[in-house]
Amino acid sequence: MAAYVIRRLFISIPTVFLVVTAVFFAFQVIPGDAARMYAGDQASVAAVEAIRVELGLDQPVSVQYLSYLKRLVSGDLGISFITRRPVTVEIGTRFANTAILAFGAIILSTLLGIFMGVVAALNRGKWLDYFLSVLAVGGISIPVFWLGLLLMFLFSLKLHWLPTAGNATWQHYIMPTFCLSVYSVAFITRMARSTVLDVLGSDYVRTAQSKGLREKIINMRHVVRNALIPLITTVGLRFGYMLGGAVVTETVFAWPGVGRLLVIAVTQRDIPVVQGILLVFASMFLLVNIIVDVLYSVADPRLSY
Amino acid sequence: MNLKYFLRNYPTTCLGAVIVLVFLVTALGAEHLAPYDPNWVTPRHSVRPPDSEYIFGADHNGRDILSRVIYGARISLLISMTSVTVGLIVGVSLGALAGWNSKYELVIMRLVDMMLSFPGLITALAIVAILGSGIENVIAANMAYQIPMFARLTHGLVLSTRPNTYVMAARSVGLSDFYILLRHIMPNILGPIVVQGSLLIPDAIMTTSALSFLGLGVSPPTAEWGGMLQDGIKWFRLAPHVMLFPGGCLMLTVLGFNLLGDGLRQWLDPQLRIN
Repeated sequence: MAAYVIRRLFISIPTVFLVVTAVFFAFQVIPGDAARMYAGDQASVAAVEAIRVELGLDQPVSVQYLSYLKRLVSGDLGISFITRRPVTVEIGTRFANTAILAFGAIILSTLLGIFMGVVAALNRGKWLDYFLSVLAVGGISIPVFWLGLLLMFLFSLKLHWLPTAGNATWQHYIMPTFCLSVYSVAFITRMARSTVLDVLGSDYVRTAQSKGLREKIINMRHVVRNALIPLITTVGLRFGYMLGGAVVTETVFAWPGVGRLLVIAVTQRDIPVVQGILLVFASMFLLVNIIVDVLYSVADPRLSY
Repeated sequence: MNLKYFLRNYPTTCLGAVIVLVFLVTALGAEHLAPYDPNWVTPRHSVRPPDSEYIFGADHNGRDILSRVIYGARISLLISMTSVTVGLIVGVSLGALAGWNSKYELVIMRLVDMMLSFPGLITALAIVAILGSGIENVIAANMAYQIPMFARLTHGLVLSTRPNTYVMAARSVGLSDFYILLRHIMPNILGPIVVQGSLLIPDAIMTTSALSFLGLGVSPPTAEWGGMLQDGIKWFRLAPHVMLFPGGCLMLTVLGFNLLGDGLRQWLDPQLRIN
């Protein structure tokens, strides 16, 4: 087990290295002068040159790359062009807000999605199945930002039940969490339905049926438990996509998270912040993938690595 | 295999096909269908609610929302089709090369892993951060996700097809690698690739609109559904129609493609058909 975890971590090292390298070099081709951007439009030529030397931008790209790697290893993501604060501070102050949103959404969508998918599959061909399937295909088709605006219009502006923006009280969490979960609820519902149907057609379920076990026991002991295994991967991957969804959701609800910071940084061309967030998101995504693989091997004893 | 058979057995797929057809006709015939110039500004009609003259109402600049939605379909079609087509051709070629020849496999698949270390929308945002906004860059942003997606799928499919006896037979009679890939392997793996393609089109439409909604996609005043929603944020409290119609059309189009893709998957995947 431990050997597998270690091997899995080792395998991802080249990918992490490639991601870091790509994030560094991709932003080298950008037109515009980083020292000028950092100094501001009013700064004198001498001030810009001083900053260029201070930031090491006068060095050859290869030297800059090596010092970038060196700083990364010590946990330094650079300094924001706009706020002049360390990128780690900019991300750090917002990270918890995004994490709470993403965790809330993943828990909600896992519970609701699996429940709806299992119910749909066990009622295959009945109206409940059709209803849930329609709901699910609607859920993967609705744009998050439009859903957010609709909810805001109904619950904030018309009914005055929920606040529109920010994260001050617990009521603020309801709409963004729901909004961020909808796609995943629908996605997990569809996956859960099809994995349960797969298991229903398997030999061991037929054996259980033929030996006269009650349907409820077959469903609980054999069907649902086995159908849950492939869903580990589905749920894990959804967590990665939560980060993408968070960008949009946070923008709609003015949520002070990392996703909104990314949009602002891209708009203002605040390159160090963009690079920092890309690295944080990619490492989280990779880490989740590793956890998913490990959980999968724990849950399914047939697999050995 | 007639229309009635399809309607009875695949009602949702038929619905999807109709929606997609309407979307295609709207996008291609925009200048004939739009009642007004989508960019014609008429301040006195600002946020005019829907009526017989302006069926979807007017936006804050007094531009006809119906006409803008119709032209928006064209932008969505242009961007999604271009990026998925190029993504498919390049991605499938790279994936096939990686699956066939282990010399290229390591390099190609490591790059694919790197690109897919980011969720789709984040990749798109990164590309826009580097290249800037605008239609060409939004297409590039979409391709940066589509190419590795197709490559990863094709790589796996080629790997699993390669040990088949018919491939070995083709090799042993001395056929060229390119010929075997094209004539023996491709026809056997086309199904899943087409299904993936059909499901990546709505993905591209959604990403494009999301970028425009974030103010980083197609530049104004070009009519784009996500951009129209962005414009509408300040006004939808007073005039909900400014966000209702662009968002509704976006959802309907994505729904149509998803339903059609589901149908294609059912049809092309024999295992699902048995279920």
